[in-house]
Amino acid sequence: MAELQAAPLLEARSLHVWRGEKHLLRGVSFTLSAGELLHVTGPNGVGKSTLLRAVCGLIPLEEGEISWIGKILNHRDDAFDAQLAYLAHTNALKADLTAEENLRFEMSLRRKLDGGEISQALSLVNITHCAQLPMRVLSAGQRRRLALARVLLCKATLWILDEPTTNLDTAGVSLVEGLMDAHLKSGGAIITAAHHGLLAGHTAVRRLELQA
Amino acid sequence: MSAPNATDATRSLSALTVTVLERELRLALRRWDQIMQPLMFFVIVTLLFPLATTADLNELRRMGSGVVWVAAMLASLLSLESLFRPDVEDGTLEQWVLCGQPLAWILLVKSVAHWLLAGLPLVVVSPLMAAGFAIPNDVLPLMMATLAIGTGILAIVGAIGAALTVSVRRGNVLVALLVLPLQVPVLIFGAHIVNLSIDGLSINAPLYLLSAMLLAGMCLGPFAMAAAVRISVES
Repeated sequence: MAELQAAPLLEARSLHVWRGEKHLLRGVSFTLSAGELLHVTGPNGVGKSTLLRAVCGLIPLEEGEISWIGKILNHRDDAFDAQLAYLAHTNALKADLTAEENLRFEMSLRRKLDGGEISQALSLVNITHCAQLPMRVLSAGQRRRLALARVLLCKATLWILDEPTTNLDTAGVSLVEGLMDAHLKSGGAIITAAHHGLLAGHTAVRRLELQA
Repeated sequence: MSAPNATDATRSLSALTVTVLERELRLALRRWDQIMQPLMFFVIVTLLFPLATTADLNELRRMGSGVVWVAAMLASLLSLESLFRPDVEDGTLEQWVLCGQPLAWILLVKSVAHWLLAGLPLVVVSPLMAAGFAIPNDVLPLMMATLAIGTGILAIVGAIGAALTVSVRRGNVLVALLVLPLQVPVLIFGAHIVNLSIDGLSINAPLYLLSAMLLAGMCLGPFAMAAAVRISVES
């Protein structure tokens, strides 16, 4: 990871994004190196989610550019996508599938899974007992944990987490912090929009405050 | 668990196919009421027609295939609403755009699954419906074959329309307006094949045209769907 730490993993230069009539992002720039967390803050509606979606490439940029390990990203880039795990507001889970099926189908689209990987991920987010339950009977917090298990299974370098602690109890919040810390220590990078001060006091946290 | 550098990040097309098909079919079997809805619509419309029009077998026979085709077309429109909307609302489609695999292929498989659930059942029950119109038994295999091809085209054209309108609230009226004009040629050729065959005329030209439309749709449609899904996800 030494060579990665020298050059930033992700670099965004003066991003401008319009949503309809609104000029939401006005020249946002940041860099993110391996082992770093970028904490995007700001009031509701200021464009935190828009920034995260723009980095994912889900929203086209009006101006500016994003580069991944020195390479400027086009609108869609499969190599970048394979290194990206995105957790949105929505959990992207199917109510009619069980927890285990949800993870299996979503992950089989990305890569070949080993036998025990899903149960391992479920135990990391402490919902092993829900594996065979249909998602519709799970609580909102359990669903969020399941969505986090999907992020873990992506084995991506860059995590983009939009309010990862929504609906989670205090144990869940510290669990998320533990997972994020482990990810950073293993050389990953995280961009998160969160109202909680996640990983407060951690050395590798950068803050990016968006202003209206 | 969180080790970076994902290995074997590209999945083979066959692995993608199996995954998407299994997922779609399993989801559909757990929501079987959604499969039944277009099928019931098709059965009811085609059953009511002979009751409401005439008892003259010759007249019924003339309009039979037309009625079956119109009902199949409307039933396939009815089923489009559930094709992409649930996946957009819960964020699944967004994840598919981001999964780093060929989206066009995933969507093609999804439309094939959709045809298996919404198109194939119509084909299977169509001989029963044809009996109500005194359509001769010897043209039934031909009618089923053309319906199978036709519902396939309807599924693909419909999927493009559904993908385009999925971010529009109550987009189902819009889908009908977008898709129906494009589906009219299918209706014209499809409905006439059966009548031509009853009259003992050659059916080659319309049959080849329908098959060509299906092949063209399967080749080009998925790219249109993928582009439409990407636009829909942006908003």
